Amino acid sequence: MTFSGEFLAFMGLALVALIGGVLLLNLTKVVHMVVALIFTFVAIAGIYVLLSAEFVASVQVLIYSGAITIIMLFGIMLTKHDDENEPKTGKLRKLLVFLGILGFAFAVYIGIYNFNVEQEQTALHENNTMQIGKALYSKYIIPFELTSVLLLAALVGSIILAKNEKKEADDE
Amino acid sequence: MSSVPASAFLALALILFCIGLYGALTKRNTVIVLISIELMLNAVNINLVTFSKYGIAPSITGQVFALFAISVAAAEAAVGLAILISLYRTRKTVNIDEMDTMKN
Repeated sequence: MTFSGEFLAFMGLALVALIGGVLLLNLTKVVHMVVALIFTFVAIAGIYVLLSAEFVASVQVLIYSGAITIIMLFGIMLTKHDDENEPKTGKLRKLLVFLGILGFAFAVYIGIYNFNVEQEQTALHENNTMQIGKALYSKYIIPFELTSVLLLAALVGSIILAKNEKKEADDE
Repeated sequence: MSSVPASAFLALALILFCIGLYGALTKRNTVIVLISIELMLNAVNINLVTFSKYGIAPSITGQVFALFAISVAAAEAAVGLAILISLYRTRKTVNIDEMDTMKN
């Protein structure tokens, strides 16, 4: 394995992503956890660029490190957030969960550690956005329209769920 | 052709998925549990994009599917937070171990 620029970029981005994830697990204040996760999301966008998916990378920056993080911060601010996230769950339960996840990770790692398909020359990096647009509007037009229906249903559903019903009853 | 093997990307996605799973199972605050689920979805997206480049039949389909997964994840986050806020209004708590109305 040679130390090319791509390898160094992958190592740096993977390191940032993993540090963000570990900070998510170890910090105590809730707001700090969400801010630590922004690093992970931006690093994952960089990984997408390495995998010649520029459009998915920009969508990742817009949706995840923009919209979803802000929505989560809203959720934290609107609820009670000043108490430290002190776990009341027992140490034994945490240890059992950790061991289970370790076993799962080992089982999956056996499957992937020598995954080696011979790499073909791809044209994914040329006019990436145009290729995605063509695929979306020809081959995947029905899932695309279903996604718009799903987003509309989520919009209406979340407004109805979060609506203050007591105040509504007072007005009538 | 490429100096980074495909299994390196898959291993990174596996580690991120495990971090998200551990956070979703052990954290107390419901917002953190939701955002851990987002991290798991992100790890799956890395897998989709990796196989769209280094799979047996590389094509754009993996990236299109990653976009669909991102939009579904955004809708899920919005609905999850709406449920959380209406729950907070009635129960005055966001801790996941105190939401046990159905237990007794």
